[in-house]
Amino acid sequence: MTFLSLSPYLSIKKVSKRFGALAAVDAVDLEVPRGAFFALLGPSGCGKTTLLRLIGGFAQPDDGVITIDGAPMNGVPANLRPTNMVFQSYAIFPHLNVFDNVAYGLRKERLGKDALYARVGAMLATVRLEGLGARRADELSGGQRQRVALARALVKQPKILLLDEPLGALDKRLREAMQVELRALQKSLGITFLLVTHDQEEALSMADRVAVMSGGRILQVASPRELYERPNCREVADFIGQINFFHATVKSIESDSVTANAGVLGLVTVPRAAFGFSFAVGDHILLALRPERITLQGGSVAGEIIAASFLGERSHYQVRIAGRAEPVYVASSGVEPQGPVMLGWNQDAVIALPFD
Amino acid sequence: MSEERRTQRVSRSDGPAKATNAPSKSEGLRAYAFAYLAFLYLPVLFLPLFSFNASHFIAFPLAGFTLEWYRQLFADDAMLHALGNSLEVGAVTALLATLLGLTAAKAVTQYRLRGVGAMLGFISLPLFIPDIVLGLSLLLLLGVAGFPLSLAGVVLGHLTLCVPFALTVMIARFEGFDRNLEEASADLGETAWITFWRVTFPLMLPGIAASLLLTFITSFDEFLLAYFLSGTEATLPVYIWGQLRFPERLPMVLALGALILVVSVALVILAEWARNRGVEKKSIGA
Repeated sequence: MTFLSLSPYLSIKKVSKRFGALAAVDAVDLEVPRGAFFALLGPSGCGKTTLLRLIGGFAQPDDGVITIDGAPMNGVPANLRPTNMVFQSYAIFPHLNVFDNVAYGLRKERLGKDALYARVGAMLATVRLEGLGARRADELSGGQRQRVALARALVKQPKILLLDEPLGALDKRLREAMQVELRALQKSLGITFLLVTHDQEEALSMADRVAVMSGGRILQVASPRELYERPNCREVADFIGQINFFHATVKSIESDSVTANAGVLGLVTVPRAAFGFSFAVGDHILLALRPERITLQGGSVAGEIIAASFLGERSHYQVRIAGRAEPVYVASSGVEPQGPVMLGWNQDAVIALPFD
Repeated sequence: MSEERRTQRVSRSDGPAKATNAPSKSEGLRAYAFAYLAFLYLPVLFLPLFSFNASHFIAFPLAGFTLEWYRQLFADDAMLHALGNSLEVGAVTALLATLLGLTAAKAVTQYRLRGVGAMLGFISLPLFIPDIVLGLSLLLLLGVAGFPLSLAGVVLGHLTLCVPFALTVMIARFEGFDRNLEEASADLGETAWITFWRVTFPLMLPGIAASLLLTFITSFDEFLLAYFLSGTEATLPVYIWGQLRFPERLPMVLALGALILVVSVALVILAEWARNRGVEKKSIGA
C-alpha cells in the first residue's frame, strides 16, 4: 500500500469512451504512481488499448479527466503530451534508417549536430543497438525493431512510456529475454511505464502494479502476488493462473474464522481475513483453491486421479471427486501416488469470493 | 524493307528450332506468342521506319534514308505550339488529378465514410461513358456556363478521365500503409502537416510518381475531348488529326509519332522501375 501514499503521477477520473452503443472504457478510475511499472491486463476487447490511446492522446474521452503530473490532458493532442508510445506494430518509419528513426522526435529540440549524435548514440547504446544506426528499417530482426521503437520513444524522455502489447510479435524465447530487459531498463531509467497486455505472465513478471480490466471496467488493482493470492472476484481469479471453484454457503461466523458448507468438500473453515467483502450467515459464496495449494495425501476429500501430465519440476493432475462433474486440478512436485488420493489444503490457501 | 522482314522471319523461326527437344505443344505456344507480339508491334515499327524514308509515299520499296522529315518537324512552329499546349495541359492535368486522387484516396482508406462504394462508382463512371458522349455533354455544359473554349476547358475534361486513374493508383498505395506510422509521428511531437511531409508523402512518392506519369500520358494522348473543347488552341493529337488532310505532311507526322513512341516507352520503363523499387523495399520490410 506504500504506492498509494505517493501522489498519483497519472490520474484517471471517471473516464469513459463509447463507440456507438458500446462503452469501450466505462467510467474508469485509476491512479499510477511516479516511477511505477504499471500493467493494464485483460482479454482482447476489454478496453485496455482504448484506455492507453486515451492517455496517449490518440482519442479523446467522452467523459472524465486524465491528468499527468498535475496537468489536465483534456483536449491536448498526442503531439503535445508528455507521453510516448511503443506501438504493437512498432511503426518503424520504413523510409528512414535506425538513427533517423530514433532522432525523429528530436527535430523540435534543435540540437546541434554533435549533441544530436551524442543523444541518439547514448540511446542506441541503452537499448543495445550500437553500431546499427545506418541500418535500414527493413534490414532489422523483430527484436531489433522492438528496440528501435523503444529507443525512439525513450529518447524523448517522456513522463510516461506507453507500451501496447510490445512483446506480442516476438517468439517465446526472445519475449522472455525482453521481459527481463524491459524490467531492468525501467528500473535504471526511472521512467513510469504503462504496459498493456493480454498475457498474464507478462504482466505478473514485469509490473509492480497490475490493473485487471474486463468489459471496459477495472476489476482490481494490486501487486502481482496480491492478484494471485487475493483476487477480489471470480473473473480475476479465473483470468490469472488456474484455479478450482467450489460453491459454498456461509454456515457460521466466529471471531477469526468462518465455516462454510462447500458441498462435495464438506465443511470448510476459512480465515476471516480471506473475505474482502461483506457477507452474512446463509449467503452463497465461492471458495477457490489454486492447484499447487492442494495436497494429494493426508486430506479429507477422497478422489481418484483420472489424468496426469509430467511437466518436469512438477506434475499436473486431474482428480475426480464424488458429486462433482468437473475434475479438481492439482499441481504437485512429489511422486505420482498410486491408487485413491485424499485431497487436503491449509486454511490460508482458501480464497473466498462473492457469488455472482 | 524486304531485308528487314526477312530478319524478322528468321528470328522467329529461330526460336522453335533451338527448342527441338521440347514437346510440340510448347513449340506451338511459343510460335503463337511470337506471332502475337509481331502482330502487336510490327505496325508500330512502321512509324520509325517510314519516318526515315526519303519519299512522301508510304509504300515499299523504301526510297532511301533521310532526316528531312525530322528537320521539317522542328521547323514547324504550329506543331511546336501544339506540342507546347499538350505538355501544358498534360502537366496541369497530371498535377491536379494526382492531388485530387491523393487526398480522396487518403479519405477513402483512412476514414469510415458513408457511401464510399457509391462515391467511388460515380468517380469512375466517366471511364465507362463513351468519350464522344462525354465530350458533347462537356461542350454543352461549358457553353451554357459561358466558359470559353480553351485549354482550361480541355484540362477540366481530362480531369474527369484522369482522376479515376490517379485514385486507383493511390488507393492501392494507401492500402498497404500502416496508419500507426502517422500516429507515431504525432506521438513524437509532430503536427498533422509536418507528419504529412515527413512520413506520408515520402512513403507515397512511388505512387505519386506512377500517378503523375499515368495521368500525364492519358491527357497527352487524348483526342476526342480535346477536339471538342480546345477551340482555337490545338493540342498535339488535334494538330496531328488536322495534318492528315495534307498527304505531303504525312511523313512529318510519322516522324512526330516516332518521337512520341520513344519518349512514351522511356516514360513507361521509368514508371515501372520507380514502382518496383518502392514495392521491393516494402516487401522486405514486411
